[in-house]
Amino acid sequence: MTNHDKATPLWGVRLTALAAATALTSLLGAQAAAAQTVVKWMHVETIPAYIEAWEGIAKDYETQHPDVDIQLQFLENEAFKAKLPTLLQSDAAPDFFYSWGGGVLRQQAQTGALMDLTAAMNADDGAWAKTYKPAAVAGLTFDGKIHVVPYRMGTVSFFYNKDLFAKAGVKAEDIKTWNDFLGAVKTLKAADITPIAGGGGDKWPLHFYWSYLVMRNGGEQVFEAAKNKQGEGFMDPTVIKAGEQLAELGKLEPFQNGYLGASWSQTLGTFGDGKAAMLLGFENTEPNQRKNAGDGKGLASDQIGRFAFPIVEGGAGKVTDTLGGLNGWGVTKGASPAALDFLRFLTSQETERELAAKGMIIPAAANAEEGLKDRLMREAADQLAASTWHQNFFDQDLGPSVGRVVNDISVDILSGQMSPEEGAQAIQDAIELE
Amino acid sequence: MTASVGDASSLDAATKIRYKSPTARGRLPALIIFLPPAILLFTLFVILPMGEAAWYSLYRWNGYGTPTEFVGVRNFEVLFNNAAFSRALINNGLIIVVSLLLQIPLAIWLAVMLSRKMAGVVAFRLVFFLPYVLADVAAGLIWRFVYDGDYGLFAAIAGFFGVATPYVLADRDLAIYAVLAVIIWKYFGFHMMLFIAGLQSLDKSIMEAAEIDGATGWQRFRYVTLPLLGSTVRLSVFFAIIGSLQLFDLIMPLTGGGPSNSTQTMVTFLYTYGVTRMQVGLGSAVGVVLFVICVTIAFGYKRIFMRHD
Repeated sequence: MTNHDKATPLWGVRLTALAAATALTSLLGAQAAAAQTVVKWMHVETIPAYIEAWEGIAKDYETQHPDVDIQLQFLENEAFKAKLPTLLQSDAAPDFFYSWGGGVLRQQAQTGALMDLTAAMNADDGAWAKTYKPAAVAGLTFDGKIHVVPYRMGTVSFFYNKDLFAKAGVKAEDIKTWNDFLGAVKTLKAADITPIAGGGGDKWPLHFYWSYLVMRNGGEQVFEAAKNKQGEGFMDPTVIKAGEQLAELGKLEPFQNGYLGASWSQTLGTFGDGKAAMLLGFENTEPNQRKNAGDGKGLASDQIGRFAFPIVEGGAGKVTDTLGGLNGWGVTKGASPAALDFLRFLTSQETERELAAKGMIIPAAANAEEGLKDRLMREAADQLAASTWHQNFFDQDLGPSVGRVVNDISVDILSGQMSPEEGAQAIQDAIELE
Repeated sequence: MTASVGDASSLDAATKIRYKSPTARGRLPALIIFLPPAILLFTLFVILPMGEAAWYSLYRWNGYGTPTEFVGVRNFEVLFNNAAFSRALINNGLIIVVSLLLQIPLAIWLAVMLSRKMAGVVAFRLVFFLPYVLADVAAGLIWRFVYDGDYGLFAAIAGFFGVATPYVLADRDLAIYAVLAVIIWKYFGFHMMLFIAGLQSLDKSIMEAAEIDGATGWQRFRYVTLPLLGSTVRLSVFFAIIGSLQLFDLIMPLTGGGPSNSTQTMVTFLYTYGVTRMQVGLGSAVGVVLFVICVTIAFGYKRIFMRHD
């Protein structure tokens, strides 16, 4: 799984969310006497400030449309995923829900649980679709159909601690290729600095390395072919090469001690405490490292630099190819027209700009970036705007079962438990079982 | 034994006599009124889900729609060829062995000491029983912190002695032993309480007789206490085995089955591979295997070891 929400201490937040949800429900219960269209919205959110922001948007809309009653339900990540399949097939399905796109969404669409929005999006010469970035709409279209309203984009990049880089004499600008990167790791190690913070306990933080290496080596064509069971699939030489490069990195022992047991929150903390020089993380790494740092302060924003995942020499991928999130609101087949209207409001340029200003998202709505005030978030947004190929997280795109195998083998190749060929074979086996 | 049979038959006789009264014929209506709800609930919540799991295990199904893709026993083939599942089976075995060889002897030893009448005995019992009262997830989180190599107790101890901190939960070879230690810590108090209860029901005069006959402390324990405690030991072993097979909530916060599946148990495997990967068919197959193992052990054990209890 790949969601920044994981970085939140769970219990307290969940309680707050629960309390908020209960308060809201009881409030709404009191009004239920009036005839209203109820719009049910299910979201994965555990950060109290963000929950407040969502509720604020719902309230604004309700003030403008007194006949609509928006009911929000906030769940924690695993609970959300466990509950959704059952809910979608019941009468209690929400009108729309948070979606990571990818293989899961495709499965949901194939069972007919979702509404086909293609016609609505493209009506009036694509008036609705045009309010979003083309890459977002394209990335959330499956088999020529749109079932999801795009809402946010994200990208994974390297973040580095400027002080530690200076101390070791490493220059981020000079890291252009994978070999440069390995060189930087060696220099940092020689200077007695832990080069990278890695979260092997959660596994998915390390699958970014394998994913990016596959993208840089094979490019879009190889990955698309492998995903669709064409050609040599994941046994393609470029995929094996990606594994070899990953193993090479692993041999340098670049991670903090005990990284195989470290959760993502701990990893962010390691980076925030200045105990490791680099982190391959989400666009919102800066606020999250602050939150998870031992002193609660972490690194100051201007102490953190950012660079794109380096290219590999002779690889088909470009440095401008991006890996990252692509999220939307999955619309269920029974959604009311009021729900669709609210979704347009929710993902409009104005609302998204507001969310961006709060540092919550990189908007999927077109031209909404100017809301982004934070430098690092802005850099991520610019990188996305210039993206030559935006690839959804592998563990989302390949579906829940193959995706988890990717996470497993990434950790095992890095830690020397599995050869690159065995890793590629494991994925190929899993995808053939699909 | 004979006494109890006598009790039972006399009880039977008593009931029969009571049912000789004019309301005796009222037994059938009572059955009709009271049995269906119980049967209905039992069927709905026990039989039906078990049947469904067995049925799903023959399909490839991701939880959406209805299962349509019949794959026969392929889920079971995949399961038994899966290295992580083999590891889970081995780990379950290991947990049982450790429970029997370390946990139960420890519990008996402590129970024998704490069943005496001494000052402070109650306080000790409470302290040893405390881990069992704690919720499994809370205990897991606490121990995750204890084992933590950066800020945990282990880090502090290692720092004090000036040695490199071991990251036990991140070590493929050590993690399972770290988990086993927590399991013993968590459950020995429960078994100790069982034994204390068992010891207190023993006839003190037998012990006195042994003492008068000049039996040493060990002899008294070996030839008097332990045989008399037999039924409690058998019960305790039974609980230990079944509990070991179902172990889940302690492991999830500790290691989540990792690193590299080295601390997976059958139930954590079911959760990781069946639930989170949305392979309901495979998950159901694990459920079926687990069910068969549990039922075999439970009934086999009861038949063989507990038939006199």
